Amino acid sequence: MADVRFLLTGDTSVCVEFGNEISEPINAQIRAFNIALSKSDIPGIVETVPTYRSLMVHYDPEVIRYALLMDKLKGLLGQLDKITIPPSEVLEIPVLYGGEEMGPDLKFVAEHAGKTEEEVIKIHTSTEYLIYMLGFTPGFTYLGGMDESIATPRLKTPRVKIPAGSVGIAGSQTGVYPIDSPGGWQLIGRTPVRMYDASRETPILPQAGQYIKFYAIDQGEFDKIAAQEAAGGYAVKRHPRKEGGK
Amino acid sequence: MSITVLNPGLLTTVQDQGRIGYQQFGVSVSGVMDPRSAALANILAGCGQGEAVLECTMMGPQLQFDKGNVIAITGGDLGPTLDGKAIPNYQAVAVKAGQVLKFTAPKAGCRAFIAFTGGLDIPVTMGSRSTYMKAKIGGYQGRKLEKGDVIGFRAPVDTLPRMEDRVLSPEFVPKPVYTLRVVMGPQDDYFTDSGIDTFLSQTYTVTPEFDRMGCRLDGPAIAHKEGGDIISDGIAFGAIQVPSAGTPIIMLGDRQTTGGYTKIATVITADFRILAQLKAGDKVQFVKVPVEYAQGLLLAQRSALKALSRINA
Repeated sequence: MADVRFLLTGDTSVCVEFGNEISEPINAQIRAFNIALSKSDIPGIVETVPTYRSLMVHYDPEVIRYALLMDKLKGLLGQLDKITIPPSEVLEIPVLYGGEEMGPDLKFVAEHAGKTEEEVIKIHTSTEYLIYMLGFTPGFTYLGGMDESIATPRLKTPRVKIPAGSVGIAGSQTGVYPIDSPGGWQLIGRTPVRMYDASRETPILPQAGQYIKFYAIDQGEFDKIAAQEAAGGYAVKRHPRKEGGK
Repeated sequence: MSITVLNPGLLTTVQDQGRIGYQQFGVSVSGVMDPRSAALANILAGCGQGEAVLECTMMGPQLQFDKGNVIAITGGDLGPTLDGKAIPNYQAVAVKAGQVLKFTAPKAGCRAFIAFTGGLDIPVTMGSRSTYMKAKIGGYQGRKLEKGDVIGFRAPVDTLPRMEDRVLSPEFVPKPVYTLRVVMGPQDDYFTDSGIDTFLSQTYTVTPEFDRMGCRLDGPAIAHKEGGDIISDGIAFGAIQVPSAGTPIIMLGDRQTTGGYTKIATVITADFRILAQLKAGDKVQFVKVPVEYAQGLLLAQRSALKALSRINA
């Protein structure tokens, strides 16, 4: 933990920075620290925001002043290896791949990669993608770990409206659009799962530090899950991640 | 039991102290641009400090009261009138059913906050009534007010105890150059010494690119050592982003939760009440203070609010 830096982000928050690169080990430290902080008795913590390589800690200076908070956070860092951190969770996200409506760009992605559409689907569904952080819009996940062989440049002209649930590729990134939004990602499929639903008790499904594993479904399964979501909720399959993934 | 919007003004939204706890999911905090002035309006109107208010920008709205209630307006002076007669800011005012609240023109500052006794009947979304327009969350149908909108009161009253004591002096005073105090960081080490010197010695001008997300400034470029890009991290209210072009942008209530530009400093919370009143053409200078000093000022502001709140005890 020698490289950890505490950066001042004003008078009601600090940024705890664990490194200066995007890497799974650094992100795992952030997750561990965030869990340790939530279990600690440090008072006055308002909310925390995990990002690629740092944890932003918002606090109430009326409850805990800067100097004391620094002491406590540094103390917590020192004890990090003594705290048991549960394994990350893997969310299994069903995707209907391809087709003019759901995945209009799958054909182009396959041609660009010199593969068949089936091969692209096989590669896209074979990885557990780490959710490094959420941002940009409610529920938008920044995922890492996509196979470079299916990396595809963004569309030259972005679409004005991409439906919620669309699964896309942009460069070597992949992800799901949680709400209808404009965008230039290559759309390869769509999930009937609602990544964001304001009416739910937990409005946003994915959390930083979890993994997403996509699996292919057909139209029948898509309609069934979509109907369950519309009726109040489909329980996404989830399981603890095994060491080393896969 | 309600108000009807006859004219929405330039940008009028429902805001409280913000949506806390959802930044980790990519949800912006939103909330009033000046939490202190909104809290003062609420105290004058007999509400809890964090109750939702209407935040009005430059050209205030025209509201017809279908039911009487007590209101209080704070922040900038946008020229409030009731049935055509001027009414004071920073004072509880009893409005009768049928009367029309109208703002004539901005006289000082840019944003006013209207509090209503008993609060507005707006559903709570993710713990807050604040409007987050970009994602259509919270407030009145997730958007700014429009002509014909009707908003209910939760518990209106004809009058409040000690009406004559519910008066304060307006706080915002226009100046030729405003001073915003800042805590340096988180990426001040990405700038050259002369870049830091430019930031702290030069005068910057507020541009028309000023919305609830951010306030773009114009002025001498602030020099980076290498460039203005970083691996995205969290953004605080008041963070001063400096992209590679070198001109600063102050991040505000509807800012994105994360971003990939260097942030040279953060405006201290005690000075948000000035920041919220800036408008295009205003001049700004930055002065750095230690974080402990900034927290002392914030705590002093909070105790003053607590003392004033005793009128509602």
